[in-house]
Amino acid sequence: MAHVSDLIATDIEAYLHQHERKGLLRFITCGSVDDGKSTVIGRLLYESKMLFEDQVAAIEADSKKFGTQGGEIDFALLVDGLAAEREQGITIDVAYRFFSTDRRKFIVADTPGHEQYTRNMITGASTADAAVILIDARKGVLTQTRRHSYLVSLIGIRNVALAINKMDLVDFSEATFRAIEADYRAFAARIGLENITAIPLSGLRGDNMVERSARTPWYKGPTLMEFLETTEVDEDRLQGEPFRLPVQWVNRPNLDFRGYCGVVTAGVVRPGDRVRVLPSGRESTVTRLVTPTGDLPEAVAGQSVTMTLADEVDISRGDVIATADAPPEVADQFECTVVWMADEPLLPGRPYLLKIGARTVSATVTDAKHKVNINTMEHLATKALALNEIGVCNIAIDRPIAFDPYRANKDTGGFILIDRMTNNTVGAGMIHFALRRSHNIHLQHLDIDKRARAQLKGQHPVVLWFTGLSGAGKSTIANLVEKRLHALGRHSYLLDGDNVRHGLNKDLGFTEADRVENIRRVAEVAKLMVDAGLIVLTAFISPFRSERALARSLLGENEFVEIHVDTPLDVAESRDVKGLYKKARRGELRNFTGIDSPYEPPEQPDLRVNTVETTPEQAAELVIEKLRGLGLLDP
Amino acid sequence: MKLTHLQRLEAESIHIMREVIAESDNPVMLYSVGKDSAVMLHLARKAFYPSVPPFPLLHVDTTWKFRAMYEMRERMAREMGMQLLVYQNPEAAKLGINPFDHGSQIHTDMWKTQGLKQALDLHGFDAAFGGARRDEEKSRAKERIFSFRSAQHRWDPKLQRPELWRLYNGRKHKGESMRVFPLSNWTELDIWQYIHLEQIPIVPLYFAAERPVVDRDGTLIMVDDERMRLKPGEVPMMKKVRFRTLGCYPLSGAIESSADTLVAIIQEMLLARTSERQGRMIDHDTAASMEKKKQEGYF
Repeated sequence: MAHVSDLIATDIEAYLHQHERKGLLRFITCGSVDDGKSTVIGRLLYESKMLFEDQVAAIEADSKKFGTQGGEIDFALLVDGLAAEREQGITIDVAYRFFSTDRRKFIVADTPGHEQYTRNMITGASTADAAVILIDARKGVLTQTRRHSYLVSLIGIRNVALAINKMDLVDFSEATFRAIEADYRAFAARIGLENITAIPLSGLRGDNMVERSARTPWYKGPTLMEFLETTEVDEDRLQGEPFRLPVQWVNRPNLDFRGYCGVVTAGVVRPGDRVRVLPSGRESTVTRLVTPTGDLPEAVAGQSVTMTLADEVDISRGDVIATADAPPEVADQFECTVVWMADEPLLPGRPYLLKIGARTVSATVTDAKHKVNINTMEHLATKALALNEIGVCNIAIDRPIAFDPYRANKDTGGFILIDRMTNNTVGAGMIHFALRRSHNIHLQHLDIDKRARAQLKGQHPVVLWFTGLSGAGKSTIANLVEKRLHALGRHSYLLDGDNVRHGLNKDLGFTEADRVENIRRVAEVAKLMVDAGLIVLTAFISPFRSERALARSLLGENEFVEIHVDTPLDVAESRDVKGLYKKARRGELRNFTGIDSPYEPPEQPDLRVNTVETTPEQAAELVIEKLRGLGLLDP
Repeated sequence: MKLTHLQRLEAESIHIMREVIAESDNPVMLYSVGKDSAVMLHLARKAFYPSVPPFPLLHVDTTWKFRAMYEMRERMAREMGMQLLVYQNPEAAKLGINPFDHGSQIHTDMWKTQGLKQALDLHGFDAAFGGARRDEEKSRAKERIFSFRSAQHRWDPKLQRPELWRLYNGRKHKGESMRVFPLSNWTELDIWQYIHLEQIPIVPLYFAAERPVVDRDGTLIMVDDERMRLKPGEVPMMKKVRFRTLGCYPLSGAIESSADTLVAIIQEMLLARTSERQGRMIDHDTAASMEKKKQEGYF
């Protein structure tokens, strides 16, 4: 792969010395095939001489066969090789390509296609130091250009090359170039993009790609390659920020060694530095930076290290070690921007897993504030986020974490959301700031606790969670169970639609989002009642597994008994005590479970009662037996 | 201090390995004895030092590797102090599958693809490191670093998860698994430069030496043991050759070369005119062959 350097043949050692010590820039290209994006990437690969002769020969042959350049090399073919796969129905989201010059190695994230564009571009851009935004000189700044630029600014890329391409088709007109540049800069300032380098380009002819073009004598700036070789690498900048190390893994080969492993995501660290561990707040001093070939005198942003500390501090995966002078904040509620990446919408109130650094916690969106129209940057009111939508939300997590605002540090401020059931990555988020209430509300330590209250009542507090279709018999059975418990001298409370929907939850309707919130509130109330020492019976359809899993997760071991009141739809419908099924069938009632809204039956309930084969009285007896079996009715 | 591209690649690979160890129950490293495996093993040592890497090495053996590769395998496992698991598909052994009678496709499928699946099932591994790189082949350019596999080891494009920042999602249900590629962002040149810089031991077959070979339609095949079937009149000749990629010896093409030092190899590669995978016969099928193999469970 003939790198141009003469050193290869004459002094390979000198060549290696130079090339083993060059930097790395990751960048993303934004634009469509119409802007000549593939041609520009293809030419960068070609000009950097990263192609082997068999690859060039293949391209030359393909150019004659399929090319659009009249037999000349069609550079676009170098990167459009995935077309065949597209035809096979294989999704291409982000393709990564590699080339290098004497000064740098490059990783290009290329996001082909228009479908799923937001999700793909955000993914490709999340690791990029710079962006190349392509514009067709004949068309100027389009909606698409604004959309790409907004996403680039959102993900926090600081350096942008505005490649005004196809200059050969506008006779290399300076006036055209300047007009587009001015237009773009005015827009970019509004979305907070500052470092913009506009370059007049012809990917097809090669003007200002690598060599300064004689056809643009009026242009004094860098060529595209010069821009890529000199623009700032984000990790170099991050060395100037306060030190951060999210702990990935604790290395304990024997009792005498305890090393904390992770990537330095910002700053510089040296033995002797004072550090603070978060969220605990304990402090210690760095003693060693350990490697197999000897200890390091310092480590900088971007390096993976193993660190030891002077004191025995309890540190586990997910904690953050930071400089004691400027530690990150600790909070459990945030305002953030969320990009949604799944077919199923994001629903406020539904529990997701949130992974930030090396920590995974349970999270719910408490409030969707607005979504953004990415073409116009308009804010629109919303309750949920659909695939490829971007919104600003409040998020609450189940325990405090250390974080930095995303714009200060992508690694301690960026997170992904994971669906608890499918385990898929469904969203990406960027923290703006902690909510003030998060700072001010501290859990009050109480002397009289759950155990004390339960002891006074002489019972085991527990939630009996009845789930099933409308008309399955949940309330009837729960009512009978409560009577039995009462007779046994137990303190109990039955939560059902009647006493909750008319009061606490009267602001909620029956959309999927409202149903999720309904159940979340019921689960929280049930938790408080268990805390008060009660046996709580809840009788709600609670159709989604996620929310039932949330309820379970709020409670302790042996404090949650899931009872599936299992009645086939046709049986429940034929009973139709309240006449609701008829209404739903007539279309007068929307989002009715079993008709036009799904019911996800429990996979492993603690108890399943079949109401076709058993009477309500027998079912109630089964529940009591189950409680006895679990030891929950023991004195 | 500005980090070099190799330092950044190294840091990324180490980060990936540590994430896998933290998020999986029963990880394993697939070790193929080639140069990429050598780099991966070296990185594992760095990632977990002073501990021994907390997972075993698994060699899915075809019984047709070069003898020098078997020697290297034993030596590296010993020096690293790691457990080495060798798996040979018993069905392929029973049927006597070999590259001469069955061709490269059946040979690879039976020994490697099926063998790998059987070995992973046998030990219940839920995460397996592989040394594949995105620059190796067009269809790999979009491969994830954490590649998700169903309980049947199938690669389903719809199940692949977006990977943002340094955040990898290693969560899975019972029976499902991950193939993880810590070298995704390395190129062939990066691998060689790193081997040079870190003085990583590699199989001697990469260096030019006098070796007995036969010329099969322009491809030089080394006669590594007595199982090599010679065609009538074919006589092995001694030539100074080396290998750019290693696999089963009857399926690996050698190139004539005098490069017998690491620096000379890199110099020769930089001046070379054909890409690395040309010598690997397994890719010579259709363009989308790698994609298909992947869906079937080949690494």
